[in-house]
Amino acid sequence: MATISLKDLVKNYGKVEVLHHVEGEFHDGEFIVIVGPSGCGKSTLLRMVAGLETVTSGEIFIGDKMVNNLEPADRDIAMVFQNYALYPHMTVRENMAYGLKLRKFSKSDIERRVQEAATILEIQDYLDRRPRQLSGGQRQRVAMGRAIVRDPQVFLFDEPLSNLDAKLRVQMRLEIKKLQRKLGVTSIYVTHDQVEAMTLGDRLMVLNGGYVEQFGTPIDLYEKPASIFVAGFIGSPSMNFLPGHLANAHIELENGQKIPTTSVQQGDAIFGVRPEHMIVDENGPIEVVTDLCEQLGANTLVHGVLKDGKTGIVASIQGHWDYEPGSVLGFNVLPDNHHLFDKETQKRLEN
Amino acid sequence: MVENRPILKIVTHLILIFGIVIVALPIWITFVASTHDEARMLQAPLPLLPGGHFFENFTKTLFGSGLAGSEVAPVWRMLLNSMAMAMMISIGKIIISLLSAFAIVYFKFPFRMGFFWLIFITLMLPVEVRILPTFEVVANLGMLNSYWGLSIPLIASATATFMFRQVFLTIPDEMLESARIDGAKPMRFFFDILLPLSRTNIAALFVILFIYGWNQYLWPLLITTDTDMTTIVMSIKQMLEAAEQSPQWNIIMMTALLAMIPPVFVVIAMQKMFVKGLTETDK
Amino acid sequence: MLKRVHFTKSWLPFALVAPQIAITLIFFIWPATQAVYQSFLIEDAFGLSTEFVWFENFQYLFTDEIYLNSFGRTIFFSAAVAFISMSSALILAGFADRVIRGATVYRTLLIWPYAIAPVLAGALWVFMFNPTLGIFPYFLEFFGYDWNHYLNGSQAMLLVILAAAWKQIAYNFLFYLAAMQAIPRSIIEAGAIDGASPIRRFWTLVFPLISPTTFFLLVINAVYAFFETFGIVHAVTQGGPANATTILVYKVYNDGFVGLDLGGSAAQSVILMIMVIFMTIIQFRYLEKKVQY
Repeated sequence: MATISLKDLVKNYGKVEVLHHVEGEFHDGEFIVIVGPSGCGKSTLLRMVAGLETVTSGEIFIGDKMVNNLEPADRDIAMVFQNYALYPHMTVRENMAYGLKLRKFSKSDIERRVQEAATILEIQDYLDRRPRQLSGGQRQRVAMGRAIVRDPQVFLFDEPLSNLDAKLRVQMRLEIKKLQRKLGVTSIYVTHDQVEAMTLGDRLMVLNGGYVEQFGTPIDLYEKPASIFVAGFIGSPSMNFLPGHLANAHIELENGQKIPTTSVQQGDAIFGVRPEHMIVDENGPIEVVTDLCEQLGANTLVHGVLKDGKTGIVASIQGHWDYEPGSVLGFNVLPDNHHLFDKETQKRLEN
Repeated sequence: MVENRPILKIVTHLILIFGIVIVALPIWITFVASTHDEARMLQAPLPLLPGGHFFENFTKTLFGSGLAGSEVAPVWRMLLNSMAMAMMISIGKIIISLLSAFAIVYFKFPFRMGFFWLIFITLMLPVEVRILPTFEVVANLGMLNSYWGLSIPLIASATATFMFRQVFLTIPDEMLESARIDGAKPMRFFFDILLPLSRTNIAALFVILFIYGWNQYLWPLLITTDTDMTTIVMSIKQMLEAAEQSPQWNIIMMTALLAMIPPVFVVIAMQKMFVKGLTETDK
Repeated sequence: MLKRVHFTKSWLPFALVAPQIAITLIFFIWPATQAVYQSFLIEDAFGLSTEFVWFENFQYLFTDEIYLNSFGRTIFFSAAVAFISMSSALILAGFADRVIRGATVYRTLLIWPYAIAPVLAGALWVFMFNPTLGIFPYFLEFFGYDWNHYLNGSQAMLLVILAAAWKQIAYNFLFYLAAMQAIPRSIIEAGAIDGASPIRRFWTLVFPLISPTTFFLLVINAVYAFFETFGIVHAVTQGGPANATTILVYKVYNDGFVGLDLGGSAAQSVILMIMVIFMTIIQFRYLEKKVQY
């Protein structure tokens, strides 16, 4: 069990800097999810912690040991790969035992650990099979088993669920979470899937273009997104963004409608509101010309355009609704659910 | 077959059988010749059906001094030489190609690409086109009339290195990453992961190289002057020359049969491997 | 080319490539440069003195009737071998591809000539066509045709071509069959639904689809006919009668080891090397197109 700290981490490929001064303190036993679109550098960051990529500058600590120059094998970590990377010519048992054998564990110790891990993951029956005789979900478990037999200080997961079908993914997600809770091992999990990120992580690090956009708990990210990027990335359907102008504690939208805010700032800004926070209100300040309604069962997604404007808006309202295309609906938003962003810096404007 | 026309089916099989007859005819005639006695083999027309002297010819060829009046080593000795040469060439090639492909794919080191091109160039230099100077080198190194001289100059092979490189490149990167996290050092990774994963390719390549080695002709012809080092494939030519004075076709064809049995056996017994190796090495 | 994650040990990779590099340098690169160097030299008849003559050996070769004839003969020989063995292999593969049951049996029976050494192939054919005893001359006599490849240059050439083509059928067959089996069944079935007869389907669908294989085999067969047929020529005709079957590889050997004309033989080697390099480049371009790096 260990803390992990990333200090001013930079990664270059040739002359291109792909990770820019990443900082992070991960607590002992914490489940950290690194999330971001593809190419944002999240896998690179994970692989740097694993020791599979070199560190250009900055430092990585596992516990109180600086590991920059340690071989992956000497960092006391275990990793679960996207394609599992099981050794195809070894049985499940041999796969799990390989790392222990190289570390010169005794035969009986290896057997005991493999049995333990197999019991936890319920794969005792497959121990003598080879990976290609297993289903996707079983392989996933073996990959996990290979990680836990070693009893490492840190688990690293590189999009481990992306090769599974949707149903299995939800099931394995729960199992990973439970397992991590039970073992209490500090874990870093990389994914591009925001639902996976929100459900798994104690804290989330949102990466975009090699920069840390925000690092906090899922609720933090949802309620107080630090930038337009985070606001749009977390939550589904995405937050609505309405350009406007801040003045005198109001934001004036492109169609001239004014919404009262608590902000005292002035200038061009973006007004953000999540679809699920739009409340139908005849007298509401946001008037929307509807276009299409999607019935999702529990709620209805109303797609439309800001009246006299061109910004598209989505609202999610409870229950079944159907509006004629072209009808005008008024919406209100509680002040707590307002998000204001600076137009230039894209950063959140505090109220 | 898409349509089900019986006549077409029959024609198809007939043509294939005709093809097989054409392809197999020379071998059949060789076999027939090896089953008759010397006298029968001097009367035209020669027989088209086997006679009863197969085992007699067999023992005479294998353990006798071969052809009467020619100074060659006994056939069993030649078979042994051929086997040694073929094994040394195929195993040697496989080992050095595996090692160099491993270095080129899995290591970053100075002149890596330089080495790669140096190996690649040998693809363009078959032994036939540099035969004289290569012979001189081997002579200067005192390797004439030795197994080393027979095999080592034929061992370096760009094709095998390429094939293993190709195989290694298709092995997922995560194998190495996972092995490194498991604590495997380079050679451990090579023996524990890489070798087992390339097993079928090694076997396939072995078939091709064994045949290549066994069938070498020009090179052994130049390198060996000592009759004790003669290979079976070479001896056929010497026997043909001798045949101009005393034709003992039954013995010559028995020798030819013995010379083709090991490679033919390897091809047929390991057919699957062989087809895979052939279509994947060259492509 | 290189794995994303790789080892960076300093001495180990050098040790790993060392055996191959050593053998390559000693037995490939050094002799090849020697061949180039010697091709610029003329040695007197007793081997006592050598003179550096630049391109004189090459100039001589390209005015030498015998060499130029040999060149033309080699081209003809290669074209004939490639044509005969590839077309028969194509026909056999075309039919074998249609067979569902027994395809492996046919394949087994057709591939073994691949395993037979060229010189042995030569020996078998020389035996079958032995003018006094051979089976074929015996039958040909019934038709009033006199066969003696020891005296008749065209017959000698024909015999060498047949032996060389026969040995190569197996190889071509395997590649054609593999290429045809790689064509998706649905394409052939779509052709059948469109109303194309089996023969028409073969020429309009199968043959165009396997054209990369045809191209590849052309290069391979050319290389085979140029270099690997030495054993056949040596066993069957020894280049005779009257040089009628002296192809280039045979001439290099003959001039070098029998005639002891080192400079001339080396110059011929260099020309052959240039031709191999040319063919390798063609083949590599084809490979590059096929293989994704």
